[in-house]
Amino acid sequence: MADESVPLAHPETKRLAERPSRLTTVLRETGPTVAAGLAFIALWELAVHTFGISKFVLPPPSMIVVSMIADFPYLMHALAFTAGITIAAFAAAVVSGILGGLLLTLHRDVERMLWPYAIALQVTPMVAIAPLVIIWVGLDRVWLGLMILAWLVAFFPMLANTVQGLKSADRGLQDVMTLYQASRWQRFRHLQLPAALPYILTGARISSSLAVIGGVVAEFVAGSGASTGLAWVIVESGTMLDVPRMFAALFILSVFGLAIWWLTSMVQARLLSRWHESEMGGER
Amino acid sequence: MTDMSPATQPVMRMQNLDKVYPNGTVALKNLFLDVHPGEFVSLLGPSGCGKSTALKIAAGLAEHSAGRIQRPGEDEVKGIRAKAGDIGFVFQEPNLMPWLPVFDNVFLPLKLAGMSRADAAPQVEAILETVGLAGFAASYPRELSGGMKMRVSISRALVTKPKLLLMDEPFAALDEITRNKISQDLLQLWQATGSTVIFVTHSVFESVFLSNRIVVMAARPGRIIGEIGVDAPYPRDASFRLSPDYAAHCREVSALLTRAMES
Repeated sequence: MADESVPLAHPETKRLAERPSRLTTVLRETGPTVAAGLAFIALWELAVHTFGISKFVLPPPSMIVVSMIADFPYLMHALAFTAGITIAAFAAAVVSGILGGLLLTLHRDVERMLWPYAIALQVTPMVAIAPLVIIWVGLDRVWLGLMILAWLVAFFPMLANTVQGLKSADRGLQDVMTLYQASRWQRFRHLQLPAALPYILTGARISSSLAVIGGVVAEFVAGSGASTGLAWVIVESGTMLDVPRMFAALFILSVFGLAIWWLTSMVQARLLSRWHESEMGGER
Repeated sequence: MTDMSPATQPVMRMQNLDKVYPNGTVALKNLFLDVHPGEFVSLLGPSGCGKSTALKIAAGLAEHSAGRIQRPGEDEVKGIRAKAGDIGFVFQEPNLMPWLPVFDNVFLPLKLAGMSRADAAPQVEAILETVGLAGFAASYPRELSGGMKMRVSISRALVTKPKLLLMDEPFAALDEITRNKISQDLLQLWQATGSTVIFVTHSVFESVFLSNRIVVMAARPGRIIGEIGVDAPYPRDASFRLSPDYAAHCREVSALLTRAMES
């Protein structure tokens, strides 16, 4: 029996087409980004020197690099603290978000009972709860307070996306499960969960960056000396008018946020690579 | 065919079937339909005549409001329900799990029935071979054309060796050339497996080409207004479409369909 048409992208042909151009593709993808970044830094450096801007207002990039090298151990120690808090909070948000989502979709009544409170938790500004949480956990365990606060911020997108994902299984696919008299568990395992995966991964991406923001904001609120993360470095350097070190800490924070984002994107691409719309269509 | 011996038990029997929606719309009224083993029956009618609804009720995907239905393997007296897999269903959309490769999509009904992958493999591979997809077991639905997806969907419906195969306008979304080819292949499969098919369509030509009995339905309320037998012998191929016999049947069915639209 002959096939009436050729498949759109047979794996064999696709792989063959990709192989020789791998390096060129990477260069094409990242080249413009790197070029734009370098141009921006060069302009910055030039502007500071040309207009004679004070280093207390806007230090030149070269001075930030010097500061970064000089305070490297100190900055790395701060990064380790912030990263630990963030990653722990993120992991907790992923696990609790998925479990919470499962719980909420178990039954309409469970959803009616708990969903409004989940939203209430989401709309209450974290900054407003922070002092309370810090008091509860005690000043000798500020790290725990920070973790709880970062988790509070990162939790909701995980929960909301899991709930939406579990409910979004296609009607036609549900009919297939009904036709074959699938049990509740089979329906969940073979339809709802895989259908929810793209939503869950999107939730994870959002909540990963929120965990970074939550961790940093919580550290600001926790205040003097109680914590030793990057946010504290910024506060402390600010009071000492060490603006280059503020920028250095800020820069490290951004790189860390980017790394987390990149990592979750990689996981997403790996898990959805061949079947989901969002990860197809590489040719532009 | 109409000359079935009365001794043959119908595979499926609908008696006085009604379907009324909660808003009062009568989708089906007094539906009687017997389908016998080995038949290829088409349900033909304008949109809104309830032909898809009748099929969904036959599959157990929708409830009827009144009347009786006896599905294959079902015994109302003894309270035996139809077994999963006794009825195959091919939907308008291929309805494949996008996250599963072709093999696993076809394997799914057997998996849900508790069969191991190793035990199912020969069966799944054989059916993929028959529909011409042997080389695509590892491909994902996203990578296939519309016609190939439909072939996977048909494979999934046939993998349980159903007593009754229900098809709900399965080829409506395909272009005509693909549709003609896949129709012919479907007939081959039907003959090879000796299955029984109920095929819902709104195409006169498709129904004449495929079936040995065409049941014409009218809308508002959905009901059967007539039946036409197509006695042309199988196997039927492209040359059947050019025969005077085919044209005559198409005319006859069209006339009945016109009456259905007017009534």
